[in-house]
Amino acid sequence: MAKKHSLSPEARSIINSRVSRRAVLAGIGGVGAAGALAACGSSGDSASSGNAVRWGNWPLYLDFDSDKKTYPTLDKFTASTGIDVNYLEDYNDNDEFFGKVQAQLKLKQDIGYDIVCPTDWMAARWIRLGYSQKFDAANIPNKVNILDALATPSYDAKREQTLTWQGIMGGFGWNTAKNPKGVHTLDDLFAPQNKGKIIVLTEMRDTIGVILRAQGVDLSTVTEDQFMNGVDFMAKKIADGWIRGVKGNEYAQDLTSGDATAVIGWSGDMFILASENAGKFDFAIPESGGTLSGDNMMIPSTVTAEAKANAEKLINWYYDPAIAAEVAAYVNYLTPVKGAQAEMEKINPDLAKSEYIFPSDATLKNLSVFRALTPAEETKWSEAFQKASGN
Amino acid sequence: MGKIRTPYLLLLPGFGFLFTFFILPILNLAQTSTQTPVGGGDTGQYEQTFRFQNYIDAFVDNKEQFARSFIYAIIATILALMISYPLAYAIAFKAGKYKNFLLVLVVAPFFTSFLLRTVAWKQILGEEGFVVPTLRSLGIISQSTTLTSTSFAVVMGMTYNFLPFMTLPLYASIDRIDPRTLEASGDLYANAFTTFRKVTLPLSMPGVVAGTLLTFIPAAGDYVNASILGSPNTKMIGNVIESRYFKIVDYPTAAALSFTLMAAILILVTIYIRKAGTEELV
Repeated sequence: MAKKHSLSPEARSIINSRVSRRAVLAGIGGVGAAGALAACGSSGDSASSGNAVRWGNWPLYLDFDSDKKTYPTLDKFTASTGIDVNYLEDYNDNDEFFGKVQAQLKLKQDIGYDIVCPTDWMAARWIRLGYSQKFDAANIPNKVNILDALATPSYDAKREQTLTWQGIMGGFGWNTAKNPKGVHTLDDLFAPQNKGKIIVLTEMRDTIGVILRAQGVDLSTVTEDQFMNGVDFMAKKIADGWIRGVKGNEYAQDLTSGDATAVIGWSGDMFILASENAGKFDFAIPESGGTLSGDNMMIPSTVTAEAKANAEKLINWYYDPAIAAEVAAYVNYLTPVKGAQAEMEKINPDLAKSEYIFPSDATLKNLSVFRALTPAEETKWSEAFQKASGN
Repeated sequence: MGKIRTPYLLLLPGFGFLFTFFILPILNLAQTSTQTPVGGGDTGQYEQTFRFQNYIDAFVDNKEQFARSFIYAIIATILALMISYPLAYAIAFKAGKYKNFLLVLVVAPFFTSFLLRTVAWKQILGEEGFVVPTLRSLGIISQSTTLTSTSFAVVMGMTYNFLPFMTLPLYASIDRIDPRTLEASGDLYANAFTTFRKVTLPLSMPGVVAGTLLTFIPAAGDYVNASILGSPNTKMIGNVIESRYFKIVDYPTAAALSFTLMAAILILVTIYIRKAGTEELV
């Protein structure tokens, strides 16, 4: 997920709001849940198994049975294929994880994972550096199920070495009492009642992306000048006292505490807020368009051929619509698998109607993916964005 | 022979630890600080070019955050001293049998994570906490004034989080003061204030110096309070280093900033210790 927390892993596990709807919103509930999951970091006793697929994923990002302390879909996978999975919830931050494994990747040493889950821009970096492997298409027939909107990212146009785990929509979230008419345009966001109570995301591709779309910029071809204009816009809104903070998932807490009344935020967080605070919060894709990004399953270059085949079977497993629907019933992000919505009808018809999990075609058309940046751009653009954020 | 070697052997683990976890990282940091990006390389790839200009660029670019760090840290240190001194004094001289209990209370916040304590402050000072509505209804702050995302909140957070670092050394040195010296002062017709100024305060100076250093040094490099309780306008140098290192992946600037921060703290502390006249600490 597009998180760039500025805090330690401990901090992140606390503030982490990738919380299932069973867990309490962010805060301390998140710690309990994270702790419970950490205590059960692997599915069954597979950790001891030599040929288990080692999958490093973000915390609270897979269906979890809190009574039995198991991951139901993983158990079914093991039962149906005989392949054990060692599920590791230790992908907490893109940069931190990359920093941790980079040296081994460079030396072509095993990094301890057969599947990793980087966000788009980080996946692009792995690919550029040759740190990922192309899939054997024969092992992943379900690949055809990927949503059209996610099928052709610029960093892996044919999805030959990445497949979206969950999609993330960036748009407006708001407190319905303070914004009775909702927030659908940038003008709605920067309306007087929200002055000094607006929070935008630390993920520049989402924050500047939403601003740029309001300025009519196409994110798939965004130029440096256009980007810098967006950054200037944000900097001015900070200087003029409109924006109170540039934050990661913590904005959810600020919305609940009343310190923020409107945000540029992520669909998954807003889903939890909306569902746990009956009617108090809402989320929408801006009329001018929102952003779409994703976390991707990817096989590191250091994985052996045998382990790779198993990893591919696991990736294929999660592109089965029925399995994807089971995951979606737990995880609140956009499900990247076609047909999962129909399967969801059988599990939970209400969720099948959720625009958060299964956005309509009209919504999907209004989402766009930020283009991949060159290394030089990545440095320069994020520097400008960070400076505007006060860093 | 053996007798001469023993102390060195005993020091070996300590030296080994310092070498591995302090000297080596410092050397590595120094090396990183003068690197420049590899032409055409990927994000985070740097090569050694001994570009010392990095230091000047890094400092000039972030003067504001440097200044803010020191100002916040100094204010937080002074506040912590003002709160801790009476507290430590009371515990040492007046608490009687409750001494240990009160000390435990001072240390108790340490049992929870630094981060949770800071997040708690966010809730205390938040819109729906009790502080803001109370102050508003009393007319002390205006209806539109908020307390979070302000420098006030950041300084308060720092003061609170580092309070035990101030209180404990103060307590240790006040507790060592022989009460008979205070009685003697009274016998010599000094009033309470003069006794404090001429006897208690000088005798507790080692605690004051140790406490202020233990508070000021981590406070100047802190970034958690500013990132949780602050706004883009209250960012400290720690936030910049963090952002340079993790987000922009600009290791050289982050390293140069770290060195500059270290040097600045070292200079300030040296001046302070000289002035305070407790050289036995260094």
